[in-house]
Amino acid sequence: MTDAREPLLQVRNLQLHYRTRRGTARAVDGVDLDVGRNEALVVLGESGSGKSSLAKALMRLLPRNVARYSGQVMLGGDELMGMDDERFRSGVQWNRISMVMQAAMNALNPVVRVGEQVAEPLRVHRGWSKEAAMERVVETFATVGVSRDFVTRYPFELSGGMRQRVVLAMALVTEPELVILDEPTSALDVLTQASIMNVLKRIKREQGTSFILITHDVATSSELADRVALMYAGQIVEQSDARDFFHHPAHPYSKLLMDSVPRLHQSEPPGYIPGEPPDLIDPPAGCRFADRCPRRFGRCSEDPPAFELDGDRRVRCWLHEEGTDHDG
Amino acid sequence: MTAEEPLLQATNLHTWFELRQWGFLRVGSVRAVDGVDFELAKGESVAFVGESGCGKSSLARTLLGLHNPSHGDVIFEGQHLSELKGEDRRQYLARVGYVQQDPFGALPPFMDVRRLLSEPLIIHGVKDRDERERRIRRALEEVRLTQVDEILPKFPHMLSGGQQQRVVIARALLLEPAMLIADEPVSMLDASVRVEILNLLRRIQKERGLTLAFITHDLSTVRHYADRIFVMYAGRVVEQAPVERLLDNPQHPYTRALLAAIADVDADNALDERDVPDGEPPSLLHPPEGCRFHPRCPRAMEGLCDQQDPPVFEPEAGHYSACWLQDPERD
Repeated sequence: MTDAREPLLQVRNLQLHYRTRRGTARAVDGVDLDVGRNEALVVLGESGSGKSSLAKALMRLLPRNVARYSGQVMLGGDELMGMDDERFRSGVQWNRISMVMQAAMNALNPVVRVGEQVAEPLRVHRGWSKEAAMERVVETFATVGVSRDFVTRYPFELSGGMRQRVVLAMALVTEPELVILDEPTSALDVLTQASIMNVLKRIKREQGTSFILITHDVATSSELADRVALMYAGQIVEQSDARDFFHHPAHPYSKLLMDSVPRLHQSEPPGYIPGEPPDLIDPPAGCRFADRCPRRFGRCSEDPPAFELDGDRRVRCWLHEEGTDHDG
Repeated sequence: MTAEEPLLQATNLHTWFELRQWGFLRVGSVRAVDGVDFELAKGESVAFVGESGCGKSSLARTLLGLHNPSHGDVIFEGQHLSELKGEDRRQYLARVGYVQQDPFGALPPFMDVRRLLSEPLIIHGVKDRDERERRIRRALEEVRLTQVDEILPKFPHMLSGGQQQRVVIARALLLEPAMLIADEPVSMLDASVRVEILNLLRRIQKERGLTLAFITHDLSTVRHYADRIFVMYAGRVVEQAPVERLLDNPQHPYTRALLAAIADVDADNALDERDVPDGEPPSLLHPPEGCRFHPRCPRAMEGLCDQQDPPVFEPEAGHYSACWLQDPERD
């Protein structure tokens, strides 16, 4: 459990399917992930790729229409999927794994002082006294760069950037091992975005927290990423070291995605990926990206497994099948 | 700037919103647009860049005639917008197309595509049904929704985000405008679709010789889609230049801060923290004395920047910056 090389979080074949009127939507469909200690994994994907559902599956924040929820999730050696709801809620949720939800800064309770809202996980999950909890809140506010006077303010008195920091404090106040951030900066301005990313970098460096950052924004994700997992239609199509992913993407989808990222100092215009992602209700047989892929060939009508490449890389594409050399 | 008459001119434009308490007590004004001057030539594409609350959307809405300027005026093809009434004003609105930020919110959910594209034509007096159908089809083809027969009977919720935005653009083009104003046209769309929509707008702008005004907060995309950039801060234009010069040689400290905050994808980004100026944009109700950026500016000069409003300097030809650092008489 204390082995440094043992990943903090290990996810194997995670499935989360929803029942809908049209059929079963396979939002998370066989996901394998590893997050090391003090590591930041970025989960990239377009909207509808299942990245937010993945976060909900890890936090066990499930809606009512779940059709299937299975797989294996190990956190620091403990198997989580077998745990009953009561134990998961009291021992893991918000204690060992916490989450900043999408647009959470707009979901703060408008009639409760922000300090009290941030103290809530300590009071509810750990039964701390009000004084002890508030003391901890002030410390956490300092870490995220919110002045202690703000403890007694109401959400409407704070700017968007400050509210986002408060929400971040709420996720950090229990000192969790893993923090899941779902699009933490997408509603913010450029300068605010940069200062929130600075805060995250500092927390990672000083407190050794591990992060899963879920986003569609490749440029911002590079501010924190140690590793990158790219999601497409409910599956992870590539998982690599950040340097490999950003500079030498392997999967054809990763390549197209990296080409579509606008760069400030680049003379040629960015590219785009024609077509649309498939329906999660009845995903195509074989490779799910095949329809939009410029490099598809006969083999793509079969579902590709994740091939292991050098440098701890996993790529779900027949082009990287061992023993074949399609890259020329 | 050009020998040719500009298509649109904004002179000393102010759009203030009065704040009242209890419905009648005047408590001040929010100075959303506070003294902006510029000229837009025929057939050029410009970008107004700034953070939320800098007044860029209020500026767009003022240009569209949706807000009346508190001072100053907009002059379009030689006509003062404030003097246009009734039918003339309607004609102006037909000459300026509007592409909204949120395509789904911009399309009435209870109308199919045919109906919602017919509406502006009916309002502007195209009575012949076949003529309307012809123009709708042409506009849809122009925005590359080529399966016209499939698209026409659909309702907005049946379209993808990219398709919705194309319908919004088609609607803006129907009345043959001379100018398009696009307010954050791609911020609600997926990264892979954004470039496609921006390319489309740029191509239409070039083919039709339109003037295109982009409102955006994203400096990283503007290089390929605009000829000139205006950087706005707290209701004012602080820097203005051709795209390349502004991105490669920014003058105003605010523009520099913005550019320094943007990451070009690189694994090394995770190693260092970025320089970000402290604080937040000022309240537009009580903007600070002097330069509005001075409380956050790393190079603010005491006794000058906090007291006197900087005029617009021209450090190089065609490159304007409202900052005392560019004062040629500064020692």
